Parts: sequence; structure tokens; C-alpha cells
Amino acid sequence: MSNGGTAERGLLLRNVAIRLDGDELVTLDAAIGPGEVLTVMGPSGVGKSTLVAFVGGFLGRDFRASGNIILNGRDVTALPPEERSIGLLFQDALLLPHLSVAGNLLVGLDPAVKGRAVRRRAAEAALAEVGLEGFADRDPATLSGGQAARVALMRTLLARPQALVLDEPFSRLDVARRAQVRNLVFAECRKYGLPVLLVTHDPADAEAAGGRILELR
Amino acid sequence: MGAPLRRRPVGAALLRLFPLAALIVLVAPVAAGIAGIVLPAFGYLPVLGSTEFSLAPFRALAAMPGLGRSVLLSLGTGLATTAAAFAVVILFVAGWRGTRVFAALERLVSPLLSVPHAAAAIGLALLIAPSGVVFRLLALAAGWERPPDLLIVQDRDGLAMTLGLVLKEIPFLLLMTLAALPQTRAAETDRLMRTLGYGRIAAFFYGVLPALYRQIRLATLAVLAFSTAVVDVALILGPTTPAPLAVRILEWQRAPDLDMHFVAAAGALLQLGVTLSALLAWLAAERLGAFLCRRFARSGRRARRDAWLRRLSALLMSLSAGTVLAGLGVLAVWSVAGVWRFPDVFPDGLTLMTWMRLAANLVDPLLNSVSIALAASLVAIALALGSLEFEARSGRTASGRALQALYVPLLVPQVSFLFGLQILFSFLGVDGTFAAVVTGHLVFVFPYVLLSLAEPWWSWDPRYGHAMRALGKTADSVFWRVRLPMLARPVLTAAALGFAISVGLYLPTLLIGGGRRPTVTTETVALASGGDLRLVGATALVQALLPFLGFALAAFVPAVLFRNRRRLRVAA
Repeated sequence: MSNGGTAERGLLLRNVAIRLDGDELVTLDAAIGPGEVLTVMGPSGVGKSTLVAFVGGFLGRDFRASGNIILNGRDVTALPPEERSIGLLFQDALLLPHLSVAGNLLVGLDPAVKGRAVRRRAAEAALAEVGLEGFADRDPATLSGGQAARVALMRTLLARPQALVLDEPFSRLDVARRAQVRNLVFAECRKYGLPVLLVTHDPADAEAAGGRILELR
Repeated sequence: MGAPLRRRPVGAALLRLFPLAALIVLVAPVAAGIAGIVLPAFGYLPVLGSTEFSLAPFRALAAMPGLGRSVLLSLGTGLATTAAAFAVVILFVAGWRGTRVFAALERLVSPLLSVPHAAAAIGLALLIAPSGVVFRLLALAAGWERPPDLLIVQDRDGLAMTLGLVLKEIPFLLLMTLAALPQTRAAETDRLMRTLGYGRIAAFFYGVLPALYRQIRLATLAVLAFSTAVVDVALILGPTTPAPLAVRILEWQRAPDLDMHFVAAAGALLQLGVTLSALLAWLAAERLGAFLCRRFARSGRRARRDAWLRRLSALLMSLSAGTVLAGLGVLAVWSVAGVWRFPDVFPDGLTLMTWMRLAANLVDPLLNSVSIALAASLVAIALALGSLEFEARSGRTASGRALQALYVPLLVPQVSFLFGLQILFSFLGVDGTFAAVVTGHLVFVFPYVLLSLAEPWWSWDPRYGHAMRALGKTADSVFWRVRLPMLARPVLTAAALGFAISVGLYLPTLLIGGGRRPTVTTETVALASGGDLRLVGATALVQALLPFLGFALAAFVPAVLFRNRRRLRVAA
């Protein structure tokens, strides 16, 4: 997924405004180019999760939203989450407890990759990419927080999204791991040229992301 | 200065007895009931002067005409009912969770659940019989003069019976699913799966169902055990040539020829085997389902084009709810119908004749129904509260295994152990007494009362209790003055649920009551085999309305008690 260089590529949040009972919660107008990170910051309760829900496609019925989400020239505002090609990384790794580590990655892997052996190799390669060789058959419950976060990242990337939303993905990790996982996530996103919307309350996240920072109030 | 003597609460020793009593209520009747059929099944029944063991009862059972078909009917209708109800509920929850459609149907669950099986079955019969409402509408369109000559109700293959069971098991499984969903990480997992590109239904099946199924598994197995051995629905909608096994056991047991008692006991043991086989078949299907689910998940197929399946599930769900409600409507119309000739969709005139005819005959059954149900639900509430309070004070919460004991009476076919229990009770000379019938009801009422009460009980904030203890109140006074009043609403709801279940029970009333305690339910089922549709309609309507009345009271009392207490109102 290389940078096409055209003006259309990237994630465009055009004149976004979300209201609840007439109160304006979030307004945003921004363009995120391929490989770029836009960090949205603010204390809890300022509508960060509302913004994530809007971009992901989960906004509750009580909310009223206007504006458009345009991904690589395609307006995805009205599409259900599964049609948007926007990957999400959550606070928790949310590895499915009934599948092995490899099973979790295969759930993510694009179905266009066919054949059992081919898919399995792709999952193992993804594990190797984040330094987890040999973890394929492990029970996800036996993974440390940092390991689970890395598996969750690769699961999201294997689905070949065209943009990524990070919803406080490092806040549950202990301080020692946080920097390591954070750097890995941003490196992978740059590598795949994904536009990234990072929502966080941690200034260190914003600093590490290195992109523009937008404060919600 | 000596430390003040802490007085041991008077109730402490007594309280210890509650969990024990609860366990006895759940397990003892089942164990005793099974012992009560095993002995006569092998020819031992001193009451009838038979003290030698033999295999003669089984030989006589095997010689019963159509036995094989009866067994197959029980297996087939049971498995088909469970599979259909499970599929409709899971597909609907998968496809519509979090939507307006879902919220609308969610509100119908409790009213639908409170409709007794017999009333729902009769309502269905009056809808789909050749002379029923559906064919009247068709006749109107097609210009028929006479009902078609079809065997729809009581068809040979038990399809009508299966349909009737499915209609009643859907709200039950839906309620259990709704209760279990918050314990899984359903909402988050669903979001995750959909951002990975999965359609709603696939997201649910791969992500949520594996964790959810563990929570609703016992309830699903209870549905299966119940429907392989159901009697009242089978009497109303089931085939007669031959009937499913459970119905035939009842016939043998009630035959004037006392030798048939041995055949009935052997049959009850066979029923146990039939239900067990059905459970084993389901467990095998579970494994296959889990395997396929994992396999499809690993293939990564997104299955986004599920709109047709979602619509189908919503259609089936609304149809099933609509059918039960329409059935109740037809019961009401029949109960006041004057002349009602075939193709007419509505009777010529309305009359209260039926109700006047019924009034005198219904007083005793009504009193019996209400007194038995009140007694059973009160005892169940007392047992449940005592057990929960014991757990709270001893700091122990019921382990998973203890909670599984709740399902013992629900997983053993009713007809098997109730028949044994009846033999035991008649041996003790207490069969037919009020206490015996209430005991028989309690076995089925208590599990649901405890299941319904446990969740609100444990979500009560214990700091209220700590605050009162710090003020010097005893544990007893915290229970009576704080916890119980604050939980008045769920306690009354659980009592209403117990009342509703007891009102709808057919077999325990019939077998343990020995015909001496006719209730609205036994009358309804008895009338269903006669031809007087007006009388059947009116009686079944009374049967359906009784549980509603219980729930209405349960909502009304706290509303009055706490009319000036905003925080104790139900959230709108």
C-alpha cells in the first residue's frame, strides 16, 4: 500500500460535527495523509470515544452527526463498519479466547489469501514481524499484555485496512512496555502507509506519534 | 472495661438450614422419583403384591404396539423443537442486537413467557386447524364453503406439536440469552469483528457465540429435556396413532388394569433413556458446531451479504410472537362467540353464555390453582432468600457446581420422576394432599425463582449493609429493614414468575394430585380433547390471564409502596 501521491489518498474528516440532545460534542475538520498520524487529545468525557464510534461506524442512535468521512476518495460515512475498511485498535487486545493465537490472526487475515497452508504461513510471518515467532499455537490467555497488544495489531493489519483508528490502545499496558509497543505500532503504520487517527489522553502517546495534535475541549 | 458481648444472631444456625433445604428440594424428589420407577420397572411393587424382580414389565412394554414410533416421535419432536428455537433466537440476536427492532421484541419476551404452554398450544390449534382462523381467511379469498379435509393439528409426524413447542421455547431461550449477554464481552467483540470486516451474523457467530453458548448451554439442554418428554402440549397438538412416549406412559399409568403400572414404570425408565439419548445427540452436535465455527473463522470469509438471513430471522421471530398473541386473541373471541359458522372470520353474535356456564365449574380449579401457586412461590421465595442470605453472611458465593444443581429437575424428564414420586407418595399415603402437590410444584418453581432473584440480589450494594452495621444494627435487622425493602421489586417479580410457572404446570398437578386437585391447567387440557371450543377458549384464556395478573400485582405493589421514593422506581 504505497503512497499514491494524489490529493485524494488518505482519510478526510470533512466538517464533522456530532451532537447529543442538541449539544455539540465534537467538531472536527481534518485531512490525514497516508502514513500520517493525527492525534486527538483531551480529558475523558469530551467526546473522544464518540469520535471513534463515528469514524468506526458505531455511533449510537441518540447521536446526530453531520459531515463526511472520506477514505481514499470514497465516502464511507453511510456504510456499516464492516464495509469501511477502517481498522480499529481498542484499549483491550480483545483476543478471542476460544481461538489460538494463530486462529486470532487468521480471523483477521484477508479472505483473498486462500489455502490453509498459505494462510497459516501468513499468520506465522505476521507473528515473526512483531517478534513473536513460535507463538502460533499458544492460548491467548497465556500472553502478557504487550504480547497480546502486538497480536491484536497484526490481526488488524492482516485484514488490510485502508486506515487505522487507535482508541487509547496503550493505556492498559504497563509503562515499561508502553513505549516499545507504541513505537512498533507507529512503525508498522508508516510501513503500510496507513493514515492513522490516534485518540488518547496521554501526552507521551501524542509525542511519540510525531504528527499533528488536536485538542478537544 | 470489657468488650461488649457480641450476641450471636438467633437466626445464624437456622439460616444454615436454608441452602440444605434448597438442595433437598432440587435433588431429593428427583432421586426418590427415579427410585420409585426403577423398582416397579423390574417388577417390584409391594403395594400391588408383587415382591419378585423380573424383566416381565420390559417384555410387556416391548410388546406395546407402535412403541418404536412413539420413541422416535419423542426424540424427533424434542430435537427439532430445540434446534429450531435455538436457531431462531441465535440468528435474531446475531442479526438485530442493538437495533430498534430488537428493542421492540425484547419488550414482548416476558409477557410471551408467562403464557402457559397449554393456552399457547390451544391458541395455535384454533388458528391453524382446518376450521381455524387461517383457513377461514383462505376460504374467504378462495370462496370455499367447507373447511378442507386435512389433518393439521395432531398430525402423524408431530409437526403441529413441534411448532407449538417452538413458539413457547423461543421466548424462554431469548430471555436466557438476554440475561447471559452482559456476562460476555459481546458489544466490544462485535465491534472488533465488524471493523475486521465481518457481517453482523458472522461477527456474532465467530466472536460472541462461543462465550455466550457456555452461559445458555444448560438452559438449552433443559429445553431439550422438556420437549422430549412433554405431555400437555402433546395431548393438545401431538399425534395419537401412536402418541409420543410420555403421553403413552401417562395412559398406561392411568389404565384401570393395575398390571399396566409396571409397563408404565418400564416406560418411564425408557423415557429416561430417550431423553438421555437426545441430550447426547445434542452434545455431539455442539462439538460439530464448534468445529465448523472455528473452521469458518480461520478461513476468514467475511459473510457480509447476510441481509436475507437477518430479514428471515426477524420474520420468524415476529411470526412466532405474533402467533402466540393472535392465539390468545382467538381464545378470547371463542369465549364470547355466539354462532360462528365456517368461512366467517368473526362470529355472528357475541354472548356471555359460555362464561356463565363456566363460572360455577371453574371456582374450584381456580381456587386450587391460586392456592397451590401461592404456596409454591412463597416457599420458593423463602428458600431462595434464605439461601442467598446465608451465602452473603458466610461470605461464600455459590460455586458453579451448586448452581448447576438448579438444573437437575429441569434435565430429567418430568414424566419419569413424577411418576415415581407419585408411587412413593401413595406408598406413604400422602398422595393427593395439598402439601404433596405443592412439593411437586416446588421442584419446578424453585430453580426459576432462584435464577431470577440471584442477579439483583448480588448487584445490591453491600455498603448499605455495612453502613447500617456500623450504626449498630444486627445482620437480621439489615436483612429485614434494608435489603428486603430495597429488593422488594425483584423479589415480587421472582414470586410472580414462580406463580406463573406453577399455574402452568400440568403433569405434577395431575400425577401427584391424583386427579383430586383439579386446577385451571388440568381442566384446560382435559377440555381440549372435547369438542366445545367456546368452553376450551374461555378456560384457556383464564389460564393465560392468571400469570399476567401475578406480574401486574408484582409491578403494582412496589409502585404504591414506594410512590414517594424516586430512586426505587424502575428506570424508564
